[in-house]
Amino acid sequence: MNKLKVSVSPHIRCGETTTGIMLDVIIAMIPAFAAAIYFFGVRALYITSICVLTCVLGELAFQLIAKREVTINDLSAVVTGMLLAFNLPVTIPEWQAIIGSLVAIVVVKQLFGGIGYNFANPAATARVMMLISFSGTLTHWTEPHNPDLLASATPLSMIKEGDHEALPSLFSMIIGDRAGSMGETCAVALIIGFVYLLLRRVVTWHTTVVYIVTVFAFSYLAMGFDLELAIYQIFAGGLLLGAIFMATDYATTPPTPLGKVIFGFGCGIITVAVRLWGSNPEGVSFAILFMNILTPYISRLTARRVVGAKKPEKKTA
Amino acid sequence: MPNLHGITVPHKKKTAGTVPVSMGVPQTAYYPMHQNIGAPARPAVKAGDSVYVGTLIGEAGGFVSSPVYSGVSGKVKKIEESVQPGGAYSPTVVIEPDGLQTPDPSLEKPVVTDTESFIEAVKKSGVVGLGGAGFPTAVKLGVKDPSKIEEIIINGAECEPYITSDTRTMLDRADDMCEGIELIRKYLGCQKFIIGIEKNKPQCIKKMRETCGKLSGVTVEALPSLYPQGGEKVLIYNITKKVVGEGMLPIDVGVIVINCTTLAEIARYIRTGMPLTEKCVTVDGSCVKAPKNVIVPIGTPAREVFDFCGGFTQDPAKIVFGGPMMGISASDVESPVLKQTNALLALCEKESQVPPASNCIRCGRCTNTCPFGLAPVSIVTAYENGNMELLSSLKVNLCMECGCCSYVCPASRPLVQQNKLAKAALASWKKAKEENK
Repeated sequence: MNKLKVSVSPHIRCGETTTGIMLDVIIAMIPAFAAAIYFFGVRALYITSICVLTCVLGELAFQLIAKREVTINDLSAVVTGMLLAFNLPVTIPEWQAIIGSLVAIVVVKQLFGGIGYNFANPAATARVMMLISFSGTLTHWTEPHNPDLLASATPLSMIKEGDHEALPSLFSMIIGDRAGSMGETCAVALIIGFVYLLLRRVVTWHTTVVYIVTVFAFSYLAMGFDLELAIYQIFAGGLLLGAIFMATDYATTPPTPLGKVIFGFGCGIITVAVRLWGSNPEGVSFAILFMNILTPYISRLTARRVVGAKKPEKKTA
Repeated sequence: MPNLHGITVPHKKKTAGTVPVSMGVPQTAYYPMHQNIGAPARPAVKAGDSVYVGTLIGEAGGFVSSPVYSGVSGKVKKIEESVQPGGAYSPTVVIEPDGLQTPDPSLEKPVVTDTESFIEAVKKSGVVGLGGAGFPTAVKLGVKDPSKIEEIIINGAECEPYITSDTRTMLDRADDMCEGIELIRKYLGCQKFIIGIEKNKPQCIKKMRETCGKLSGVTVEALPSLYPQGGEKVLIYNITKKVVGEGMLPIDVGVIVINCTTLAEIARYIRTGMPLTEKCVTVDGSCVKAPKNVIVPIGTPAREVFDFCGGFTQDPAKIVFGGPMMGISASDVESPVLKQTNALLALCEKESQVPPASNCIRCGRCTNTCPFGLAPVSIVTAYENGNMELLSSLKVNLCMECGCCSYVCPASRPLVQQNKLAKAALASWKKAKEENK
């Protein structure tokens, strides 16, 4: 008989893998991807491919140069590339998309130790960096179906400037027929992705739902109890994209349900504050990035209580 | 209050419907003296001695210890040092059976008249925790003040995949269990008994409700099928909501947990005087030709038990004593069945592959599934950094090694494995600290 394997229990595993989780996230992003191509044309496919390729090749190159284990098979770089692309306007120049992708994958992810060790969401951080460096192109919006027609403003800036008459109908907002970053506009597609992630138990509802409810409630309070505008706040900008795909990133958000609730609440408050009183029309990336930095503290404060642990003895001086 | 966290594991209890069959006499029987938690037994025979079924071959080696009896009649061939599954050495009595299975004529029914003689009988029965842990039952039941026992939980959870030997005890030996309950009621004075069974065994729940459940003070509790439901502290919490805290024993909260087969064996010993010499073992796994429940003389090499089940369909890559979540993998297919062995699994190459570990992605599944809310990732980091103070505050000493964290980890990190190392390191650090005081 062959030699027997000896190992410490457990001898079975659930079979879930990092790659499987990332694949689920990619599948969940496909409806929004399809919507992006539908509303913003083939260039959405082109830009997303550039971002994905740059992320994967950037990760590969870094790992080869740094003589680290190559982990592009785990598909996390694909997720990062897609997410970053979703956060950009379709008119973004290729070289800027490439720089943004490299910042996301090399600076934010690999320099800190690779998957699991990044302190902030690579896509959100890269978007914030690009917003500061390339503010012109990052806010260069075009109307759906018409890449040449420059949009006057996104719904968020319309709200900010009090130009409520120009707002698209709520129906257009929900199906995604409005100006904005290419992956953020179609609420229906994003929510389908969220439901998929919930069913596959990749994410829990806590962060996303609390984030959205907070944005809604705080907008309602801060905008003179205008229900319609508060609803617009949910579907405008990158809230759904951020709340579903970026605020639920494992490495950069707290692991416990209570921690997730606090994280989502904090994101909601900051998002509305930036939207209403900041110099930028949109605050989702800023909010997520800021809460990412607070995550270690939230995690520590909301760590699960160990069942049966003795209370620590008070040190006597 | 909600139950403790846990995980859903595949049940694979396809042997539940097979009535246990006796396998007969092995060609050679091996009796390692260490078949319990605590001190090993001391060999009580020498080479050349004749033994019978039920002859004492190992005396209890201390207070927390248990005697070992021969499961076969025959001649002692030799006493050797042998490696146990798990790696420890133990003196082992090797017996050549004569095939007659003559019971030891000197065996007598124990005389039980009071608490003391009852505990003495349990001690003599050689019974240990048969759910797999192997803690000497006499020590567990021999509490200083029996009036402190508020309730006794009978563990029929059997939460590990594959294993159905406790299922069979509940279905086939309900009378023994009822007798055991009455004995404990009589001699320990406890009036409240709760039989805890996972919901994936409706036939056991029904049977228990119709038999033991009819006795006064006995209730049957159907528990969610959530591993590790049968873990002692988990079972106590989920049934009574009592917390057995750090440094405490179940009796400190007025509870004793006893496995259903253990209970039945105590009753059988007191009725017949025949100590623990055979064991119902679930033989299963993808490499076993005819999986079934087998009544095996303790000391039988695993290979002979597998042969009895038709042998292997393909060469197994791993042999597990016990369940796949907490069982011990053996390096030798000739390793013998012990008292606490409740299953023998032969797993194929594919099932026994351990995927390489990758970076932790901080998904939090390990912490969120840990019944006690431990943080395996933080524990591993603290252990690797040698930060014993932190390890102590992370309460790794409370880890019951159920393995949920490793089971769910998508990065295949060896979490519970490192928890075990961390536990040992913390224990010796604490001991050294005490000594230096």
